[in-house]
Amino acid sequence: MTERERKESHSRESEAEEAADEIVAEEQGEALTERIDDILDEIDTVLEENAEEFVKNYVQKGGE
Amino acid sequence: MTDAVPQIVLGTETEFGITVLNQTDFNPVAAASTLVNSYAGQRARIKWSFDEESPGRDARGFGFDLTPSFDMESGLVNVVLGNGARFYVDHAHPEYSSPECADPLEAALYDKAGERVLARAVRNAQQLLPEGQRFVIHKNNSDGKGNSYGAHENYLISRAMPFGQVVEHMTGFFATRQIFTGSGKVGSENGRPEVDFQLTQRADFFEEEVGLETTLKRPIINTRDEPHADPAKYRRLHVIIGDANLSEFQTYLKLGATAAMLEAVEAEAIPESLIMADPVRSVWQVSHDTSLARPIEMENGRTMTALEAQWQYLEWVAKYVSEADNGVIYGDVMRVWEEILADLEQDPMLVADRLDWAAKLRLFKGYRARDGLEWDAPKLRLLDLQYHDVDPDRGLYNRLAAGGRMQRLFSDEQIDGAVRRPPEGTRAYFRGMCVSRFGESLVAANWDSLVFDIGEESLRRVPMMEPLRGGKDRVGELLDRADTPAELLRALGGDND
Repeated sequence: MTERERKESHSRESEAEEAADEIVAEEQGEALTERIDDILDEIDTVLEENAEEFVKNYVQKGGE
Repeated sequence: MTDAVPQIVLGTETEFGITVLNQTDFNPVAAASTLVNSYAGQRARIKWSFDEESPGRDARGFGFDLTPSFDMESGLVNVVLGNGARFYVDHAHPEYSSPECADPLEAALYDKAGERVLARAVRNAQQLLPEGQRFVIHKNNSDGKGNSYGAHENYLISRAMPFGQVVEHMTGFFATRQIFTGSGKVGSENGRPEVDFQLTQRADFFEEEVGLETTLKRPIINTRDEPHADPAKYRRLHVIIGDANLSEFQTYLKLGATAAMLEAVEAEAIPESLIMADPVRSVWQVSHDTSLARPIEMENGRTMTALEAQWQYLEWVAKYVSEADNGVIYGDVMRVWEEILADLEQDPMLVADRLDWAAKLRLFKGYRARDGLEWDAPKLRLLDLQYHDVDPDRGLYNRLAAGGRMQRLFSDEQIDGAVRRPPEGTRAYFRGMCVSRFGESLVAANWDSLVFDIGEESLRRVPMMEPLRGGKDRVGELLDRADTPAELLRALGGDND
């Protein structure tokens, strides 16, 4: 299959469908944003206390 | 058509990042040793025998001097687990090498079990520390300061397959699979161009196309050739160009797509080679491109994106899988491979519940929007590390998964079972069951042998050169019937030396 054929096979069948997909994606996007604020609040409660200190001191030896 | 291995046996090895908070004289080797020794599960603290190992052996056919780093792998702290895995100190890291598994789903489960082993070891080791100090273990591959440690995959392939064929087809596959194998990272390292965020932890550290090294000048195709099995029949492809993944889905897809691709290469079912003009640069470029849209320059003067290359590999491999009639193992892998490529093509944020890099990116975008953080803000760097914490409460992946925000493949009960019991389809079954039942009589172990001391004048060695033998169907009854290691050895018959 050539690259063009492949693109065609994966392309949307009509512009109407594409528009519908965009609306769905947008709605999903909004839902994700709402949920992400909840999760950020939750994560804040477990994050290591001093970010700067933690990151500065985090040094690993190489491995493998 | 080569004389194909009937089934690809596979497994993973993970070096974990280790630190002890508030410990002024922190020594990673001592800390890792404490951790491994503290693990209280089914285990045997035994000598790991290096007799059969030769990490200096090269798959291209010529020998090589052992690198000094090998000497550090002293095997002083070594635990063989009841699930057939090896848990030990490698360099300055605790390392979990999963047992040999017979399919990618099982291998993903035993990889996950490794996180549980580390978390349990931490719980025990923690009690040895003074108040105020705390072990923190990360399943990651970089400290963000230019130091990397590995997450390796192992695939047992046929010795008959010319190694050049592996190099020809797998180089492009490895460079482009990063779009679904990466665990994500803020910034770049090792002198690579600056970037806010990239798909993988490891890409910045790859500098060669083919080679034996794993600690410097890391190659896309690693040629270490230790099959830990009959070397006349098998070769072990030691894949070092991958990230440690927290997402179960992602580990499964990474292992499944790669194993299926290897089978297709072995069966000569890949009709064309997708050869990149500069594979090493392409590895960096793919990792640095979160849009997934930048074209890669190919040797033939054309260009293609990583997504396009992966669609092409999927088409070839799926055709091979359906024609070879091995859909039992790979049918579902083909489905999830297609699903992830389709979602990545539509909107990479759609896979934030399945791929670590996308899950991280979604979090970072959220924090940047809410708190107005720059990409190099310490808080983002901390989030980047803490995503990988194996602690069930502190680890951010674990928080997301517990909140139903990551798709999971395994229940907690399944993972606990995989910590305790070996896989049933490979020799890991024999190893794990011997550790659980007769651990006190085991004096040495290796991937391909066990050595027992049953109180006789000489030690008794049981070789296990065939990875697909030693499973429950072959030795289950023998193990069930034996009450002592001596009875077991008698039942196995004359395999002593």
